Amino acid sequence: MAVVSNGTTIIDAGALGSGVPTGKMILIKTLTASGSGTLDFINGADSVVFDGTYKEYVFKFINIHPATDSADLTFQVDTGTNTNYNQTIMSTVFRAEIREDGADSKLIYDTNLDQEEGTAFQQIQHDIGNDADQSAAGTLTLFNPASATFVKHFMARSQIYYAGDYALDFLVAGYFNTTTALTRVQFKMSTGNIDSGVIKLYGIGG
Amino acid sequence: MAIISNAVTIADAGAFSVSLGSMVHIKTLTASNDSTLAFIHGTDDVVLDDTYPIYILKIINLFSHTDDRAVLLNFTIDGTNFNVTKTTTFFRARHNESGSHAQLDYRGRADLEQSASGQEFVEGFDGEADANVNSTIFLYDPSSTTFVKHFTMETQGTGNGGTDAQTSTNAFVSGYCNTTSAVTGLRIEGQSTTISGTFKLYGIKDS
Repeated sequence: MAVVSNGTTIIDAGALGSGVPTGKMILIKTLTASGSGTLDFINGADSVVFDGTYKEYVFKFINIHPATDSADLTFQVDTGTNTNYNQTIMSTVFRAEIREDGADSKLIYDTNLDQEEGTAFQQIQHDIGNDADQSAAGTLTLFNPASATFVKHFMARSQIYYAGDYALDFLVAGYFNTTTALTRVQFKMSTGNIDSGVIKLYGIGG
Repeated sequence: MAIISNAVTIADAGAFSVSLGSMVHIKTLTASNDSTLAFIHGTDDVVLDDTYPIYILKIINLFSHTDDRAVLLNFTIDGTNFNVTKTTTFFRARHNESGSHAQLDYRGRADLEQSASGQEFVEGFDGEADANVNSTIFLYDPSSTTFVKHFTMETQGTGNGGTDAQTSTNAFVSGYCNTTSAVTGLRIEGQSTTISGTFKLYGIKDS
């Protein structure tokens, strides 16, 4: 039975009516770190969707806190059922930063943090402090990971309470130089565990 | 008739009372070897007026069919002529596969000073088969008849075509359409090239 209000079909046949505007940023999965070595989002596992369902996937990082001071949050991807997490990356990295005493403010390109056809995990949050009140937050966007035609571009921007007591605006972008569909994403610290923090995966629909 | 569950009004007067999210999909258009692609208010179910205070255009896998060509963004106030005067800034980080470029720079040749020309996404789209460009564009309050119309673009793609090695380019553009007339449409156009890609327009509700 349809539910009709003021002439508008609200619900019918187990679904919202086509005229009902709904949000298009769809929460897929939330993972919460607690002394975690890695956090993995794998298509088809544990309710995770990471395929051609969406053309754009967005990860949100909330209060990422490392177990080890000055650790970096990094990520890599893989294809099919592979778990090597070593896809080829071309990336750029730049940052704006200022120390709390105002003594050191600058905007720089980081040639030692970008990758040139490298297969290492890519830093997306640099030198996070692990004082009790220090953490990092940010967003990572991945475009059309299921494409079998194009390389897979990504963009990340994070705000970090840097170990040296800086505010650090850290911007990373690039592409995985493969035309094979990506099926999984792994996050881990450059050293030590992810002490705490939340990573949320959304699909952008419509 | 209202729909009430556990004393909470779920729907009334033809609309939901509960939150359904604020990012509303308006229209998806696909270019396939086309010269231009446009979103114009009132055409083909496109809404670009005061219905929403903020509009977002997502561009996925934008591809230039000719190497080393520009693809441009422009706006219209009459639905026909895409030539609104703009002033913009453009900076980028880029890194190419041969390692000869790894830098952050402001690009004076890609910004606009009171120009009616289109705004570049990245300089010189790479035309290799796996190359592509992705962008998110925010357009603020396009229907205002008081203020200029601000917009921002963040783009990640493969730029610097031609003889240069494939280049990861992260470009940031912001600026304004210097008009107090309502902006009613926008267009993506290849400059001496045709384009393919997916274009999704969203509105952000203010309540």
